[in-house]
Amino acid sequence: MSEEAGQQHPIGIYLKIWLLLFVLSAFSYMVDFFQLQGYLRWTLILVFMFLKAGLILAIFMHVAWERLSLQYVLFVPPIALVVLVTLMAIEGDYTFLTRLDFFDR
Amino acid sequence: MTAQSNETTAYTEPGIKGMVSDWVGDKQVFDMPWGKLMMWLFLLSDTFIFSVFLTGYMNVRLSATDSWPNTSEVFALTIFGSHLPLVLIAIMTFILITSSGTMAMAVNFAYSGNKRVTVILITLTAILGASFVGMQAFEWSKLIEEGVRPWENPFGAAQFGSAFFMITGFHGLHVTGGVIYLLVVARKVARGDYDKKGYAIVEIVGLYWHFVDLVWVFIFAFFYLW
Repeated sequence: MSEEAGQQHPIGIYLKIWLLLFVLSAFSYMVDFFQLQGYLRWTLILVFMFLKAGLILAIFMHVAWERLSLQYVLFVPPIALVVLVTLMAIEGDYTFLTRLDFFDR
Repeated sequence: MTAQSNETTAYTEPGIKGMVSDWVGDKQVFDMPWGKLMMWLFLLSDTFIFSVFLTGYMNVRLSATDSWPNTSEVFALTIFGSHLPLVLIAIMTFILITSSGTMAMAVNFAYSGNKRVTVILITLTAILGASFVGMQAFEWSKLIEEGVRPWENPFGAAQFGSAFFMITGFHGLHVTGGVIYLLVVARKVARGDYDKKGYAIVEIVGLYWHFVDLVWVFIFAFFYLW
């Protein structure tokens, strides 16, 4: 293991990703600017979000070049979060319906 | 720093087999400076904190019976007579992305040994981060003036305020901490503290800074755009 053998990559790739992130951010903002609604809005928001997050993680944070040992450490534990989000979505929906039933409205 | 390169200790084999040999070999598992590994573990735990905040926000928003405030309008500004929805947040997003770019450049220049440019780029990143915090302070003051509180607001569901202050506040704290961290590292790089140790520290502070940007991507999508 050597300290100097850190992540070194051609500067061009950073500039390209940087530009791409700008374009993707502009697209995300356009979703709101043109007031797209419904499933089209949600799909576009998620697509642009995952593309941006993926580029930042893979290139800027160098995860694409890291060894599998680290990649698994980073990506396996968050599966628990998927479970949490699913459970809380079900629970939130249930609370909403219960409130509709019991609130005086 | 002892570069062992016989077959059992080298970190060269790719894929699953390489991962197995990393874990079972008579060597440390992760081929990186300990500080970098510790930063990654911290960021993993921080991922859980922010995810729990966002999940809580999702839960209260799903279960709110009042209508959720229209963030597009709440965060709209009138600039030079034209009414722009969500414009301040968009500018903040671009600033943070720009700062991520300068940070990535700083890491690159640090490893190629260009100290002067590295210090300039890290300082630039910190300045952009500070301006982000400034805009957030402006946004908070504006909303507080309009009567947004953690327990009520004039726009709709009361839960909006608590989610807003909690999530953006915690993110803002991270940015503030990051600015301080960046300035400390910039000063130490300039002073030559890492001339012998190597510049892994710049990559490490970079990981933290990119993570802050990464979290903002999710906050922007789920809180402001959704």
